[in-house]
Amino acid sequence: MSDARLSVFKTYKLFVGGKFPRSESGRVYEVADSKGNWLANAPLASRKDARDAVVAARKAFGGWAGATAYNRGQILYRIAEMLEGRREQFVREVAEAEGLSKSKAAAVVDAAIDRWVWYAGWTDKIGQIAGAANPVAGPYFNLSTTEPTGVVAVLAPQDSSFLGLVSVLAPVIATGNTAVVVTSEKSPLPALSLGEVLATSDLPGGVVNVLSGKAAEIGPHLAAHSDVNAIDLTGADAELATALETAAADNLKRVLRPRDEDWSADPGTDRLLTFLETKTVWHPIGV
Amino acid sequence: MTMAFEYAPAPESRAIVDIAPSYGLFIDGEFRPAEDGKVFKTVSPSSEEVLSEVAQAGQSDVDAAVRAARKAFEKWSALPGSERAKYLFRIARIIQERSRELAVLESLDNGKPIRESRDADLPLVAAHFFYYAGWADKLSHAGFGQDPRPLGVAGQVIPWNFPLLMLAWKIAPALACGNTVVLKPAETTPLSALFFADICRQAGLPKGVVNILTGDGSTGAALVAHPDVNKVAFTGSTEVGKAIARTVAGTDKKLTLELGGKAANIVFDDAPIDQAVEGIVNGIFFNQGHVCCAGSRLLVQESVQDELLDALKRRMSTLRVGDPLDKNTDIGAINSAEQLARIKSLADSGEAEGAERWAPSCELPSSGYWFAPTLFTGVTQAHRIAREEIFGPVLSVLTFRTPAEAVEKANNTQYGLSAGIWTEKGSRILWMADKLRAGVVWANTFNKFDPTSPFGGYKESGFGREGGRHGLEAYLNV
Repeated sequence: MSDARLSVFKTYKLFVGGKFPRSESGRVYEVADSKGNWLANAPLASRKDARDAVVAARKAFGGWAGATAYNRGQILYRIAEMLEGRREQFVREVAEAEGLSKSKAAAVVDAAIDRWVWYAGWTDKIGQIAGAANPVAGPYFNLSTTEPTGVVAVLAPQDSSFLGLVSVLAPVIATGNTAVVVTSEKSPLPALSLGEVLATSDLPGGVVNVLSGKAAEIGPHLAAHSDVNAIDLTGADAELATALETAAADNLKRVLRPRDEDWSADPGTDRLLTFLETKTVWHPIGV
Repeated sequence: MTMAFEYAPAPESRAIVDIAPSYGLFIDGEFRPAEDGKVFKTVSPSSEEVLSEVAQAGQSDVDAAVRAARKAFEKWSALPGSERAKYLFRIARIIQERSRELAVLESLDNGKPIRESRDADLPLVAAHFFYYAGWADKLSHAGFGQDPRPLGVAGQVIPWNFPLLMLAWKIAPALACGNTVVLKPAETTPLSALFFADICRQAGLPKGVVNILTGDGSTGAALVAHPDVNKVAFTGSTEVGKAIARTVAGTDKKLTLELGGKAANIVFDDAPIDQAVEGIVNGIFFNQGHVCCAGSRLLVQESVQDELLDALKRRMSTLRVGDPLDKNTDIGAINSAEQLARIKSLADSGEAEGAERWAPSCELPSSGYWFAPTLFTGVTQAHRIAREEIFGPVLSVLTFRTPAEAVEKANNTQYGLSAGIWTEKGSRILWMADKLRAGVVWANTFNKFDPTSPFGGYKESGFGREGGRHGLEAYLNV
């Protein structure tokens, strides 16, 4: 029985609005491991898929931004729990995608799970370190608080298919933004599997939308989209990043430029703060 | 009929200001003419009198200024923060000493009432330098790491509505953090920045730390595109802000933008009407409505519309439009012929699109640029006067029935700089403040500013914050 049994392949699909559609274009592309062996046919997301994802992310924004920080923290922690349960699957997928030994891939997956836990704990603290009660020179209550920027397009890193992906995605949603993620082109499978985890972690549909395909094809549509508020260009090369930053100026998206990254290092609060707005409220004081 | 009171003129003396017939560019601690010798005139918008002739900086002048700032950066950034702080404290004090002179100058060059330049602009300018002076030796406590570093040379371009205040918002945090600056004041209001150069001299500020380039948009474009500028800060129109964002795309330049607005000022039926009317007037007629965060859309709850508009019209009829140097003046001159034409054209579109126009009868001076305080009723969200920034004393009135409708209408704009809420119900204030997508929300007040309080926009009103601890981030490598 055992040796002769033919395994069941998984059909990898996009993750949009909490559902798992194929690309509306019907396109797929071949994903291979580091040795060139076929792993899967991944959906090759199109402009239409990107637009659908933005609609889903916008629809989810009000509820997610309005959820309590405590609730968001609970859900992010739940994601870490779900990942822990599927650890072996992700170790295999990361090992295949990045050509790592099993032990190295395990270390990467463990770090990614720990990173969800780190960001889960930030949801109800970032506002306290980034907000302020301002001592204005007059009889006014004056309070600055943080709010999520809105819909954030994320071009995930090309080289780190899972730890890098988690490192750019978790801070975006921890603060109440919703995300449209374009996966690593060469190694999209861990990201697509992450969609399956997110779908079973109490995360409302549309908060995270995962598109596999080419950053150079989908990126320009997201950078030019008027209902996207910010874009993380981590997964773009220099030439593409410049083109997308230029397009992003049309509606003054907040832009995070690509830079040298060490995904194993302490991430700090930079990525949390990049996609936050500061709102300052004034009210007179009097009897 | 209420009795009309006659006011005797109460002009502030302009003898306190000595404006030279011409000014050069302030580069490396010295005034010098533009290399190609080009000049332009700056006029008083209330009289069209030529106040002075200033240099038009070209590319080679921008190069020279950036070079001077780069040279000065090494020593300035290496100074102990406590020493930089003392320079800024000196500047704050000298501004206080010379504040009447600067207020009169600002009213002459800009057209704003002396009551505002004297009581709002100048106190805030001095306070801003005083506030950021204190940060210079405390940056390691600001939450940006143990040793946050300055960026280098900051290229700063500012608008004409609050010339000296916008200069303070730009220069004070930049210097406190250890950067050096090249600042371009607006084409129509160059004088107070040139007087600030003299304050730098009096304060003994090292040469090249502050450089002032007068000029038009081409000077600003050359400055922000200069390859040796590390930081670009701009306050002005959203259109120019987008062009600047494209210019710096693909570079390492850090960018902050404070751009246009179309703020909703929302009045609920339980609001104290008289206070709300004062807030509405302050919101849209302060500084002739030349305010990016002006409350230019009045959203009034349908049930109190008639009562509120009657009171508002009565109050508008008492506004005094005229000589900016008269201490009784409420509304001064429109800053330029170009801006006046834009206001007129947008107001005309309001009528053409079907809104009803109202303005109190008021006599406008025969020379200079003037526009009577105006309101439009029957405005729909599709009208240009409900969507586009007019940047003048023109209020568009819309109505709503429920808080949810007010939020929807308030947020229905590309902008997100500010908003106002008028209601006696505390929980409703907090609910509204939470839902409004704007960087500054004034509840039962409007157009209040303070150096400790972060200011800046959501969406196409720009990004980055000025003021407070938050304002340091724009000038540090974090």
